[in-house]
Amino acid sequence: MRKISYIQAINESLRHEMKSNENVIIMGEDVAGGGSRDDKLDAWGGPMRLTKGLVKEFGRDRVKDTPISEAGFVGAGVGAAAAGLRPVVDLMYVSFYGVCADQITNNAAKIHYMFGGKVKVPLTIMTAMGVGGNKAAQHSETLYSIFTHFPGLKCIVPSNPYNAKGLMTAAIRDDDPVIIFNNRQLMGLKPTYDVPEDPYTLKIGKANIEKPGTDLTLIGIGYTTYLCLEAAKILESKGFSIEVIDLISLSPMDEETIIKSVKKTKKVIIVDEDYPRCSIAADISALISEQAFDYLDAPPKRINPPHTPVPYSKPLESLYAPNKETIIKNAKNLLE
Amino acid sequence: MKEHSTEISKTTLLWMYEKMLTIRLFETQANREADAGKLLGMHSSIGQEAVPTGICSLLESNDYVLGTHRSHHHCIAKGVELKNMMAELLGKATGTNKGKGGTMHIADINKGMLGANGVVGSNIPVATGVALSAKIKNTNQVTVVFFGDGASSQGSLHESMNLASIWDLPIIFVCENNLYAESTPYEYAVAGKSIADRASGYKIPGITVDGQSVIDIYKSSKIAIERARSGKGPTLIEAKTYRYKGHFGADNPLSYRTETEENYYKERDCIERLKKYLLSNEITNQENLDKIYEKSLESVNEATDFANESPFPAPEELFSDVYVSYK
Repeated sequence: MRKISYIQAINESLRHEMKSNENVIIMGEDVAGGGSRDDKLDAWGGPMRLTKGLVKEFGRDRVKDTPISEAGFVGAGVGAAAAGLRPVVDLMYVSFYGVCADQITNNAAKIHYMFGGKVKVPLTIMTAMGVGGNKAAQHSETLYSIFTHFPGLKCIVPSNPYNAKGLMTAAIRDDDPVIIFNNRQLMGLKPTYDVPEDPYTLKIGKANIEKPGTDLTLIGIGYTTYLCLEAAKILESKGFSIEVIDLISLSPMDEETIIKSVKKTKKVIIVDEDYPRCSIAADISALISEQAFDYLDAPPKRINPPHTPVPYSKPLESLYAPNKETIIKNAKNLLE
Repeated sequence: MKEHSTEISKTTLLWMYEKMLTIRLFETQANREADAGKLLGMHSSIGQEAVPTGICSLLESNDYVLGTHRSHHHCIAKGVELKNMMAELLGKATGTNKGKGGTMHIADINKGMLGANGVVGSNIPVATGVALSAKIKNTNQVTVVFFGDGASSQGSLHESMNLASIWDLPIIFVCENNLYAESTPYEYAVAGKSIADRASGYKIPGITVDGQSVIDIYKSSKIAIERARSGKGPTLIEAKTYRYKGHFGADNPLSYRTETEENYYKERDCIERLKKYLLSNEITNQENLDKIYEKSLESVNEATDFANESPFPAPEELFSDVYVSYK
């Protein structure tokens, strides 16, 4: 089977969904690029190049460059979805949610419930996140936990090109508002995953056991799944049997897969690049403590960045986020 | 191109020449540091030197300036030390922000530079509050907030203009219209095609000015600053300018604009225009301009050496400064 990059995987999903459903449109800053200049069609193809080429195929009416007006165009996405379209809105960096939080948390998340289930909001928001780019505190955050706090929003975090394609397609076809969080480090990795050409969907709300094991469960989210798999290779070479769960969907969350795994391995580390306080890692830790306490050989361990904004300076930034070494060190503490 | 006659002093004109040249040389060197991998991409202000230079030539040292993701020129024009700026770009402990903020967040409160900001439009309400503080405390300080044509479509500008107008705040909203929000041309993204016109809805003066003429900027901002300082309220200035480079390091601007257009603006280069003006009006001679060039280059080189020789922050710096106190 062929191997494609994370960016190509998202792009393929968008292309297919736009082709098969005329209600799918894309809005965002520079998703085409060049504004209305006909000789400059597809100048950018999105800030992360996720939408490259789509304007040439589907035209500017369906691949819409927007002014820098996040409250305006994310809100317009909510309205367009409520009135029958299936908009995909590109929120360049997740930190910019601050500009349009009202539209996401007060409108997208609540309309279906407030209106007695009579109005659907099939909106997809895609956004980039992650440290490692030397971009400082406003362009490096990994923010997903805050959105899982809101009932009504679905939150998914792909970890490789295969699940990125399947989850993106599932998000567009889903009748609820879905936020898909794309990690920038994953976008930069060499393609190693087989990705089918035909469209497919993965179930939102289902975790995936990336590799089974019996001594320790590592729970990864997006890029940290990649780190967990790298750490597991080293730990296995030292004779330990490691189970790696790729959480994939944070809301809804696959509690069953987590609990089943922890009951088997009796030890768990949750690796999360979001801030530590009130985080999804804290939520998972509470879940395990409540539902599998008697099975545990040790308290659930969380690996998060410290309770600080993301620093600019490279040496500080490299100390900030979870990495392979911190996972191995913490795993050894539990295993030895 | 004929410049209008003016009553700007020789000292100010030469100060402006030196500032603009220093900005360009600093940015050129910063790009080299980026190419060497010492910082991962930056938003270059080359081409836009005249806008903050003209305005800052009229500001007092305790007046305030707030900027954007593309703000090196604002910082230099307001008098932030080149050494600490370059050190900040390289993430060093001696940087303006101790290496924690970097290229998009340079701040130096002692120089009245209250920060660059990476979120488009985000600083405009903050600046409005800075002006409110000056008004309430009756300090006679003026606040200048810079933003781009992209930010002119953010609600934050409109909300801030309304607030500043109803409260008569001493603030100048300065839009550096460099024609592009990333790759999106302003003729597409700005309804009505005039940003200055947007002021009229808030009953504040809106002025359009040639942002490549530091003398024109000086004249317009003089009126605006006097208006602010005398308690008459805000002004919106739309300075038509041009960024010579792409949006950020890796961006190829020819994907969305033409070489013909780039050349058109480069022929109207702000530094060359002032130079011609100074020489043709015999305000100074070439020899003196060469000396200014040498002096500017030396200060940039010193800053670069300082930055490269400075240490990185200690690991414990990761945890400091999150709060003033947290117990």
